[in-house]
Formats: sequence, structure tokens, C-alpha cells
Amino acid sequence: MLYIKCPYCGLRAQKEFSYGGDATVKRPNINEEVSSEEWDNFVYMRKSPRGKHVELWQHIAGCRQWIKVQRDTATHEIFQTAKVTEEIR
Amino acid sequence: MSQPFRLNKEGLINRNKKISFTFNGKKLFGYEGDTIASALIANGIHLVGRSFKYHRPRGFFGAGVEEPNAKLQVEFNGHSEPNVNATEMELVEGLSATSQNCWPSVNFDVGAINNFLKMFFPAGFYYKTFMWPKSFWYKIYEPFIRKAAGLGVASIEKDKERYEHKFEYCDLLVTGSGPSGLASAYAAAKNGAKVILAEDKPRFGGTLLTDDVSIDNLSGKDWAEKIITELKSMPNVTVKNRSQVFGYYDHNMLVMFERVSDHLETKSKFTPRQRLWYIRAKETILSTGSIERPIVFGNNDTPGIFLSAAAKEYMKVYGVLVGKKPLIFTNNDSAYETALEFKKNNVEPIILDTREEHSSELIDEAKSKGIDIRFSHGVIVANGYKKVKSAKIGKLNKDKNSFEKIETVDCDCICVSGFWTPSVHLASQSGNKLKYEEKIDAFIPDKKKQHETSVGAANGSFTLEESLKHGFENGSNLSAKITETKTEISIPNVNEKKYGAHDKFWCMPLPKNENPKRFVDFQNDVSVSDIEIALREGYRSIEHVKRYTTLGMATDQGRTSNLNGLQLVSNIENKIVPEVGHTTFRPPFTPITIGTIVGREVGMEYMPTRKTPMHEWHEKNNAVFVDAGAWKRPRYYKQGNETLFEASKREAKNVRENVGICDVTTLGKIDIKGPDAAEFLNRVYTNAWMKLPVGKARYGLMLREDGIVMDDGTTTRISENHYHMTTTTAQAANVLSHLEYYLQIVWPELNVNVVSTTEQWAGAAIAGPKSRDMLSKLYPDLDVSNDALPFMGYKEAEFFGVPSRIFRISFSGELAYEINVKSDHGLFMWEKMMEVGKEFGNQPYGTEALSTLRIEMGHVAGPELDGRTIPSDVSLNGLVSKKKDFIGKNSLGREAFNVERRQKIVGLIPIDRKSSIPEGSHIVQDQNAKLPNPKLGHVSSSCWSVENNNPFSLAIMKDGKNMIGKKFFAVSPLKNKSIEVEVISSHYVDPEGKRVRS
Repeated sequence: MLYIKCPYCGLRAQKEFSYGGDATVKRPNINEEVSSEEWDNFVYMRKSPRGKHVELWQHIAGCRQWIKVQRDTATHEIFQTAKVTEEIR
Repeated sequence: MSQPFRLNKEGLINRNKKISFTFNGKKLFGYEGDTIASALIANGIHLVGRSFKYHRPRGFFGAGVEEPNAKLQVEFNGHSEPNVNATEMELVEGLSATSQNCWPSVNFDVGAINNFLKMFFPAGFYYKTFMWPKSFWYKIYEPFIRKAAGLGVASIEKDKERYEHKFEYCDLLVTGSGPSGLASAYAAAKNGAKVILAEDKPRFGGTLLTDDVSIDNLSGKDWAEKIITELKSMPNVTVKNRSQVFGYYDHNMLVMFERVSDHLETKSKFTPRQRLWYIRAKETILSTGSIERPIVFGNNDTPGIFLSAAAKEYMKVYGVLVGKKPLIFTNNDSAYETALEFKKNNVEPIILDTREEHSSELIDEAKSKGIDIRFSHGVIVANGYKKVKSAKIGKLNKDKNSFEKIETVDCDCICVSGFWTPSVHLASQSGNKLKYEEKIDAFIPDKKKQHETSVGAANGSFTLEESLKHGFENGSNLSAKITETKTEISIPNVNEKKYGAHDKFWCMPLPKNENPKRFVDFQNDVSVSDIEIALREGYRSIEHVKRYTTLGMATDQGRTSNLNGLQLVSNIENKIVPEVGHTTFRPPFTPITIGTIVGREVGMEYMPTRKTPMHEWHEKNNAVFVDAGAWKRPRYYKQGNETLFEASKREAKNVRENVGICDVTTLGKIDIKGPDAAEFLNRVYTNAWMKLPVGKARYGLMLREDGIVMDDGTTTRISENHYHMTTTTAQAANVLSHLEYYLQIVWPELNVNVVSTTEQWAGAAIAGPKSRDMLSKLYPDLDVSNDALPFMGYKEAEFFGVPSRIFRISFSGELAYEINVKSDHGLFMWEKMMEVGKEFGNQPYGTEALSTLRIEMGHVAGPELDGRTIPSDVSLNGLVSKKKDFIGKNSLGREAFNVERRQKIVGLIPIDRKSSIPEGSHIVQDQNAKLPNPKLGHVSSSCWSVENNNPFSLAIMKDGKNMIGKKFFAVSPLKNKSIEVEVISSHYVDPEGKRVRS
């Protein structure tokens, strides 16, 4: 079971979080024209890397904040966590 | 009754307390502190089970977790448990144990015929034999094999015992209380670290209890006791016996299995039987010790053959002799300690040492005590069927593959030692890639992936001095990093015997023309010849050899067989062991009960139960409940002998004709506030929200980004910057997370806050033509006319003195209102409504009637919004704005969503107007067409239309709207039904929606 450091609450068990997918995906701006390729990339296309991956988690049983977690998908090692407004190096 | 193999005084058992138990129906006794194994051996009983494949007689082999044979069916405390390890289970008054895998009895087992047919049961026998003819598998082969194989019998009774889970955090977890574990725990505790010390056995001390050593002039046992006593007195230390750390998971999460009360005769009501500990440790010391390895020889599975350290443990801990005429068969010095212990108890052993004549401290001591030592000797084959009677022994020639001399000697037990294997299971589970240590011919931990450190024998250090030193150093250094305190501890003086080098000899050769079984894995009956066959047939990878032969795949996880198997493969393949590699170690290290894994999460505690404030009233009024997620909702209110069908029809009819009330508290409610709330809703919903006036509600539809409908519900503008959103019961949590996602990540610039208020409000719907009359009685001072409170109107007013919110919204399609009051007033509101509603014929209605009402109106719900439908599929494209952008809008242009003949919602009625159409039925053109019959759609919701008094269903059907008027079949192979149906509009009742506006 992973041990995730919520930037607001501190180290908490995985049980308190819910997974939210790739954090690097950026939604096209609202009210702006987008090509269907761009839109399809946003909705469907995801990389599935073996190794470092920046992903979203929500602390649903805690502060309810969405956070960024940089995790190794092969070893589950967590290198860094951050608020969604912060950058992961 | 005397115990012929019990010593007069040795051992740590309590001779003042006798415990009676039965074995295979025979009444026996042992002492407090005995295991089932030690008590049976004391009584001279060795034959306890039959082997898995050949049904060969089996006895005890070890004295703890390493035991491969002695698995018993055990009954105590009123429950029956299979596969209990007799060497671990402590004796408790009234316990009854029986042998497994034998019929009719362990003494006479019909299955033993397999043993005499063993040439027909080689490795891969099942794979090769039962493949043909294919049709025989299910009816003949599989049931037969299932009956013949397997060990104990699982109980079909409900487990009445209590199990618990515990979550714990510590600085240092120490797994094992042998010398290195005690030293680590002690050093860390002195540094002020929060320490948990776990010991699998009932007694602390590990090998200190059985080895002839002294530490600071104390015996090993006394030193262990001194340390444990001090540790127990320290507030920062938790010391646990009968606790096996069996799994090492991610981020230093370890899981421990504690046998809390299996050894207790009586216990209080709330004492759990077993407890599962989830321990998050900053650092872990793995002091799991080592397990003795056997040497492989002929008929080495005969009862009476033991690991030599187990024989010593039976003498020193339990005061029990495993035999009175022992042969000690060894390739190293440690078995000499067992021989000396026998000698001390006036039993004359013979030592067969595979090594050539040489000397060491222990050999010299054995010689000086007059023990018969035969160098370059080994056991070729054990004689005796149900118990060892004699052994054919041989003097090995120089290259150790043939014999100079063979003779037979009488014996009643053989104690075998093939050196030691570190228990690296936990280290390996943690991700540590093991390395092969030539010096000890075994794997030890290498580079760590997590915060674990192996010390002592688990790390391949087999001397007490080294183990203690490693323990103290690592315990001190690891804890000092955490506590930033370092207390100096002087490492105690140790007195131990020095061991000479072991012999790299693992498997006894056979003389010509002799072919007894030589077992490598006892529990799965895997012999040397099985491994030879696997290799001959081309299996090379050790993982494949393991699966083909089942070597090491039994519940003992190959603790005594893995390395011997590897040595054999490497010898035959002419490879060195590290090239062969090892198989994967997986949790649990020892079998644990299902009850412990489940813990308290059974029955009502399986998941939380959510009850509305009106629940008590529903219960009192014969509500039959249905689960809606965690909620309990009344499905119908039973009157007399009514069935579900009759009651729901009555309730729905009453709504159509008079008025009914329904508990709608479970709907998700989200409070939305902020100056950008309107803009936010406008982006979240498909329809327009910028112009919704204060005091008005609107029905809204939200999509996922892929264009699929996510949820629907009404949202009401309470004040300028304040909205009240409702969601379906099922989607409440998802919708909240969805909103939070967009506010926190995508559009943080929007100044909006959302919070769930589902639990804060109690809700009741009042529906039916007489609902306005009833409402006016509930709010005598309020103008509730159609002009003052029109469809989609909203008002706040006092409900008999308590604040309330009135929404004129309708799910039933009737003239309807929903009243919300604070949860605390929910029951009051409900009871008032029942009282006031009497004169209008008001009746409560449940979810079944609610479904009927919405289905015949063609209102969609979960079964239609099933994660596959877009707005136009369910005829809600009128709610999709063309003018503005919203979540998922760009996806609606996808080609597949706009093809001709795209699926649409329709209504179905049976041609005979009588047959109910099962939900989930497929719609087909021809019910007799050849399979696969082309599917045109499926039935999503079904009801008995109370308005038209015949069945009616909603369906999602290809090109649905153009199918209206045509006839098809609704086929349900599951219910074995095929019903001819006609396609009609999905709006079966009041298609113009006049009633809600009336």
C-alpha cells in the first residue's frame, strides 16, 4: 500500500486517495476552437511509461484536494508530491 | 498414562498443567507449552498424515514454520480448520486433531495404492494423461482428481470468531527475536526509537533457547529473558509473540498475523481470535534467522526422519525425544550439537558425517564423549513403512558418487542436517535482488529497494558473535538516524562453539539396481526423478521446472526444498546455482486464515450503512429496503400479504390518482457558491445557465469529456451567487470529485466553492394530482398557486415552525414538489406529511413505484445513462446548447456519434399486453435466427404501466425512432424468455408533459 505525502495534510495511506490519471495532460481552453486531432489527444491519448510518471491523485477522504504525484510506475517509488498549482521538477 | 518419549526434566513446558486432547479419536495428554507435534511425539506417535500425491505415510519433519508434512484438521472452540501446522499450533484443552488426505484412516489408506503405481505418476502426469478425450475433463477427470487430491476440508459453517485489523506506525520493526533481533531492538529502544519486536513463536529468543552458548556469563535463554523483560518495561517498545510478519509491501508497509487467543482455553467475548497488523515502519530489521536444509536420500520421507535442529528443539524446549536410537546424518558441525544433546539425555546416537575425517571443536567434544562418528558416511535409504526401523548406510568413496561399503544399521529416527538456508523471504518481497553466497551455498539479500536491513542468520552470519554485533550496530545506527540520539552500548562477551566448514553435499547417490524415491519437496511429493524428467523434457528455466514439477509450490513455499532443488538442477545442467537463479518469493510467508484478512468487515460491517432521518418510520411501517450504494431506501411498503409487484402497483397508482410521498434524501446535493458560479455551471452543464433567475430551478445534463452522459439533475438558484445542485444517488460522489477537478485544476481562475450537503438535508417528494392541495395544507400561509409557484419554481418557507425549501420539480411526471428540511427535522417533516396527507389519500411510495412512474413517463435514469449513451441517444439533445462551450462538447461531433441509424431510446410493449419484458433482453428481428443473432438493441428498464395496465419497457435501439410501429422479439436467454414486442414512443404517458405544469 502506497504512502502518499499530501502537500496539505502530510503522509497518508493510499486508502485515503483516489487516482486521477496523467497530470501532464492539459485541457484545451474553453470557448476556443480546437482541431479534432488536438481534442482526441486530450480525451484519449495517454502515454503509459514504465518509470517516472507525474499523475493526479485526489485526497478524497481527507482535504479533498487534487494533488500531483511523481511516481515510478514499475517500483511505486514516489519521488515528489506537489499542489496542482506547483510544478514538479 | 505415561508418555514414553518425554524426558524427566528438560524443556520449557509447564509440567504442572496437563492438557488433554484427541488425535484421530484417541484421547491423549500433553503439557501447557506443548505444540500438537511435541505432545504427539511424547506419546510416541509419528504417523500423522498421508502425502499429497502418493499417499505415503508421513510424520513430523520440523519443529516450526518449516514443517512440510504435519498438517492436520483441527477442531477447537467449536470450529474446524484444515491444514493446521501441528508444529506451530499450541495445545489447548479440548482440542481435537485428525489426519488429512487419507481414507478410511491414516493407518490404512486406500490412496496409498498410488505409491505402488508411482512409476505411472511422474512429473507432468496430469498434464499428459487427462488431456484426452477433452469431453472427459469436466465430468470424469476433474471431479475424480479433486476428490483424490487436496488436503483438509474447509468448514462450510459461518465463522463465529472475531478477527481484527490494526494499523500501527513505528520507527523500527524487528522481525524475529533471535540474538540479532533482540540486539537490534534493544539498541534501537535505547536510542528512544518507537520499536515493534515481532516473534512468530510463543517464546522469545529463537536459537538462544536451543543453542549451547553463553552471553555475559548468562545462558542464551536467560540473556534473552533479561533483554525481553527490559524491552517490555520500556514505553517506546511493543513486544509481540505469536506474531508472524508475513508480507513486505510497498513503502515499508509490513503485514503481521497475530494469533491472539488460539492458545487460550477461555477468553472474553470481545477478544479476537487473530489480528492482522498493518505496520508502516520507517526502518525494518529482518532478523528472520535460517532454516535447516535436509540432505536428500532414499525414502527420506519416512516417519521418524527429522531435521536435526528440530530434534534438538524437541529435547530442549519440549523435553521430548524424537527417538531412542538416533542416526545423525550431516554434512556440517551443527548436527553434532543434536548428538551431544541426545548423549546428555542418555541416548546413544551414531553420527554419519559426509566429510572425511577431520577435527573441530564440536567433533572433538563428541569424540571425547564417546559418540560413534563415522566419517565419509551417509544414509542411502531408510527402511520401514510407517516408521523408520533401520537404515542402509554407505561409506562414500573419494569422489562421493559410489560406495566403498554398504551396511544396514538399526535406528528409530534419523536426524538430518544439510547446512542452513537464510530466510530471505521478506527481503526478497521488499524488492531486494538476492545474491548467491558461495561460502554458505545459499542466497542472501543484496541491494535494497526499501528501508530494510537483514541481520544475523537471515543475512548469512551463522555465529552468535557476528549476529549480536550486526544486531547492535544496525539497530543503533538505523534508529539514531530517526531519533537523532545515540546511546552507547557495549557488545556483550560471547562464549560459543566454533564450527568447521560444511561439505557441499546435498543428495545421496544410489547404488546400482536400487531405486527408492528420494524426495526433494515433501509437501508436493516431488522427487529427484521428477526434476530429472522435467529437465529431460526440455524445461530449463527454474520457474518452469517449478511449475511442471510443482517443486516448492505447496503451502510451505519450499522452505526445506528450494535450495536442494536448485542444487539438483545446477548439477544436472552443469551450471552454477546463481546461473540457475531462484524462484520468486511471495507473501504470505506462512498461511494465514481468511478470517484475519477479512477482519471485522463482514455482514453489516462489510460497508457503511447510510440511513435517512426517516429510516425509523419506514421500518415501523413495513418498508422493504433496497440497497442504493451504501444507502438503504424503501423499495415498497408492504401491506398484508402483498407481493413487491402488487405493492408497487398500488403505490404508483395512488400517485397517479391521488398523492404520494417518497423519501428522496439520498439524492446527491451539492452547495455551489461564488461570483463565478453561473459561469461554472454553464461550463459543466450542456444547457444554458447564465440567465437562470434567482428562485428558479433548471434541469441540467452533464457530460464527460468524451461526450457520454455523466449525470443529470436539477440545480436551483437560491440567491445571486448561491446554487443548490442535485445529482443522482449513485453519482453523488463522482460528480463532486468531477466539479472539484475542474475548479482546482482546469479553471482555478473561477471563484467558486463546492461542498457536499447530501447529509445536511432531508428530502421528501410530494407527487400526484392532489399534491398542491396537500401542499397548501402544509403551508397554510403560503401562496402555492400555479402562478405563485410554477413548474421549476422555488420558495423558502417555514414548515410548521422549521425552515424549509420547496422545489417544484418532478421525477414522476406528475404535479410534484420536493421539500427539504435540515436532517434533524426530517422525521418530523415526514410524520407531519403523513398526518396532513390523510384526507387526500396520501400514501408513501418506494423506489419500485418511483421507477414505474418515471419509466412510463419516459424519464431516463441510471439504466439508460449507462456510460454508453450520448444526449441524443436518450432524446435529450434539446438540452444541448449550440451557442456555448461546455465539458464534452467537442466530442459530440465525433463521426460515430452522428452516423445514421445511431441508437435511440424507444418504448416497447408486448403484443399480448401481458408478458413482462425482462430487463437486459436483447432485441432481435427473428427469434429463431442462427447464432450469433444480430442484436438491434437492449431493454434498459421495465415496469408495469399503471396508467395503461400492461407491461411497458424502455429500450436503447438501433435507429430507434424509425422503428416505431414495427414488431420485434425481446429475447432473454438468461430467463429463457422470448417476447414479441411492438416499438412505440418512449413517452408512454402524458407525452406533452401537461401534468407537471398543471
